[in-house]
Amino acid sequence: MIRFEPRANPGPVLTYGVPVIAAAIAILLAAIPLALADAPIIKAYGLMISGAFGSVFSISEMLTRATPLILTGLAAAIAFRAKLWNIGAEGQLYMGAMAAVAIGSGVIDGPSWIMIPVVMIAGMVAGALMLIGPTLMKTRLGVDEVVTTLLLNFIVLLFVQMMLEGALKDPMSMGWPQSEPIIDSAVFPPLIERMRVHFGLIIALVSAIALAVFVKRTVWGFEIRAVGENAAAAKFAGISVTKTMILVAALSGGLAGLAGVAEVAGTRGYLATDLSPGYGYAGIVVAMLARLSPVGVIASALFVASVFVGADSMSRAIGVSSYLADLIVAMALLCVLIGGFLTRFTVHFDRKTAG
Amino acid sequence: MPGTVGRFDQLALCVAVTHHRPFAPQRDAKTKRNARMSSAAQTSQQTSQDLLLALAGITKRFGPLIANDAIDLTVHKGEIVALLGENGAGKTTLMNILFGHYVADEGTVTVAARDGNLEQLEPGAPQAALDAGIGMVHQHFTLAENLTGLDNIVLGTEPIFRLRRDRTKARAKLAELMAGSGLNVDLDQPVHKLTVGEKQRVEILKALYRDARLLVLDEPTAVLTPQEADSLFAVLRKLAQNGLAVIIIAHKLAEVLAVSHRIAVLRGGKKVGEMLTSDADHRSIAELMVGREVPVSRRIAREPGQPVLTLSDVTIDRGDSRRSLHGVSITAHEGEILGIAGVSGNGQAALAQLIAGLDKPDHGSVEIFGQKVEKFDAHQFAQNGIARIPEDRHHDGMVGSMTVAENIAIEDVRNAGYQKFGFLDFEAIRKRAEHAITDYDVRCPGPDAPARLLSGGNIQKLILARVLEKSPKLILANQPSRGLDVGAQSEVHRRLLEARQNGAAVILISEDLDELLTISDQIAVIHAGHITPAMATDTIDRSELGLMMAGQKKAHHAPTNQKTTTHSGETA
Repeated sequence: MIRFEPRANPGPVLTYGVPVIAAAIAILLAAIPLALADAPIIKAYGLMISGAFGSVFSISEMLTRATPLILTGLAAAIAFRAKLWNIGAEGQLYMGAMAAVAIGSGVIDGPSWIMIPVVMIAGMVAGALMLIGPTLMKTRLGVDEVVTTLLLNFIVLLFVQMMLEGALKDPMSMGWPQSEPIIDSAVFPPLIERMRVHFGLIIALVSAIALAVFVKRTVWGFEIRAVGENAAAAKFAGISVTKTMILVAALSGGLAGLAGVAEVAGTRGYLATDLSPGYGYAGIVVAMLARLSPVGVIASALFVASVFVGADSMSRAIGVSSYLADLIVAMALLCVLIGGFLTRFTVHFDRKTAG
Repeated sequence: MPGTVGRFDQLALCVAVTHHRPFAPQRDAKTKRNARMSSAAQTSQQTSQDLLLALAGITKRFGPLIANDAIDLTVHKGEIVALLGENGAGKTTLMNILFGHYVADEGTVTVAARDGNLEQLEPGAPQAALDAGIGMVHQHFTLAENLTGLDNIVLGTEPIFRLRRDRTKARAKLAELMAGSGLNVDLDQPVHKLTVGEKQRVEILKALYRDARLLVLDEPTAVLTPQEADSLFAVLRKLAQNGLAVIIIAHKLAEVLAVSHRIAVLRGGKKVGEMLTSDADHRSIAELMVGREVPVSRRIAREPGQPVLTLSDVTIDRGDSRRSLHGVSITAHEGEILGIAGVSGNGQAALAQLIAGLDKPDHGSVEIFGQKVEKFDAHQFAQNGIARIPEDRHHDGMVGSMTVAENIAIEDVRNAGYQKFGFLDFEAIRKRAEHAITDYDVRCPGPDAPARLLSGGNIQKLILARVLEKSPKLILANQPSRGLDVGAQSEVHRRLLEARQNGAAVILISEDLDELLTISDQIAVIHAGHITPAMATDTIDRSELGLMMAGQKKAHHAPTNQKTTTHSGETA
């Protein structure tokens, strides 16, 4: 018989070490599918590492991929901290991107120091509004936000499609469903010349640190933690659960919207329905790998991004499907969940009791 | 709030721990086979012929903690033994060993077989305990609510596959049991229609139906009115006369003195005393349990002052009786403790929610400090000098993962002293916590320790420190000492009386009549959402109060004119 006993107080080694070990185990476990695909295992690992870190170009690609993941990861982390189960980061990302395109593709013009903040704010507001609606429905009517935010993703994507075929369609796109490009003054400048990694990375890193400080050190962060950990006690102590939830929704939706802005203004330059390869959903995984720590999100986003970029490059070289990346990330998540469990409980194996 | 259940890792992981127990039995432990029960049996004057159960030298360790330290206990046929002790004294561990849920590290459990021969009970085998005729009535009943009493009783004793069910035998046996014990219940009613006292009877019948020879009752009176408790005791005495052995786990002394033959006191895992009930007195047992002198709570006579809280014809209708009030009018005065007596689930929750600022009346008005309350807001209430002690201190009283310091400051973090421009002033929060920890004797590793590490008594001290430090004018104390041990209880009472002495009005909602009669100046009874006029404590008769709690009697006289009532100081 297996029994689990809770640990009184897991130390820092366990808390921080377990996710790292879990990620390493997940990468090692990738050897099994590689072997099944008859790929040279050692060579495949080497290709993955060089694909993600082998050159300035590959590092730049990895960081470009990590940028939206940090932002959507933060969006999930702050929401989950307050037990607001926001599964709609994907939709909020697209709304943010659409708002950025709507405002940043020539309606107004100005110098970069005005245009960049303007498109950022537009995207954040759009993303925030996308989550505030379901949150109000949750607090007022008890509607499950998992269902509403998840389904809104599809509604938003269809809405974006409609707009790209209509009002936002670029007349110069030769019939492709894509928006007009962001004007130059609103484009996020690249951090390294002729590389894709852009100013959005700085925004993402600053956001992560600011969010960590916000949660830990401010009154609002205090209230978010209290509501997330024990809403009944927070309510009893006079903290407004509804207001706190709306604040969380604004932050979470805003960060996801910002991810959309970063993709449009930093990487792609225009909006299309294939803007995000599921960054919103991957953000949930990133946040869980980071155990909902804002600073930890940076590390886990870098991990997930390097697995994706490395596996892409490896699959091009030796013909193993790049779905391997999804597999590794999924296994890392499972390993972190198991690891988290082992952090909180000790396992005892008992002989079966007689009778 | 729906949907706040941990969905991701929590849910995934909980699947694996659906039935986790805090501690696992250590199967590798070697059980010593030296039965030392003769020494234990000496305290009783009965012959060893009647010996039914002997626990000898039971020791159980959980890591460094010794939950049971060489405990001896004997029970004879027809004897009622009270097992007394504070929370954490080791009562539950000992009973879990008896039932085979845990395996003792040392010591033996011996039970007299039906032919009278003493046989050692197989350790760690619940089935063996059941077969030996040991029955248990848990504090929280284990009945299927939608089945009838009869269904519940025979459940598990009938073959699973049968073509038709024949319960004539079962009925005959139960009729006999009921006649012999006075345990009368309508067995054809679904359990959810029964009162708490009746459910308990079904539980006892369930054990007797399985031919229990030893019945263990865990805190049996916690949920009963005084009348129900009295009739339970009558039943137990009758059962004992018929030869049943009974162990009552308790921490209320008065009841134990009324019903038991013998008392065993546990403290810190050791048996610190054992005596015949006829030789025992209230004070000495309390001191044995706590291990030091227990200060007696006394009210000092004091004239009540101005009204602080006035409810006029307040109605809250939430469809279910637990959360509804009907035309309630009460007044609490400065320097007065107004006790609200009642059996749990009669509208106390609605009253508490209202005074805590978490709900508003559908009808009627609430006046606090002479002003009609327009906005019911918990934050406003707390800031305006209303101290609120929640009923469920774990659920509503603290955020387990946040620190002790953060939990103490939680009502006030928005105030100027604790934040600047929205940034928390950790220095101030910590300083307040350090004061609170010393002043209120909160036992914890420090202000930065997570609050979930605290024991129930210390959580309550933390809450007292949070709300009483601000010299409140009105205190809502909802079950403030429930589940606390004698020491912590007397600390809570001392604090409330101190606040009363300083002029606070205290609303004390409690199910514990001893508590109410000891520290309240006035007592009103709540039943089915109605509250009787307050009566001066000194004029109240205990059994009358019990009848009113059961809804069978209205207030015995008109509300006393509180200005002219003299409060006697002697109530202990």
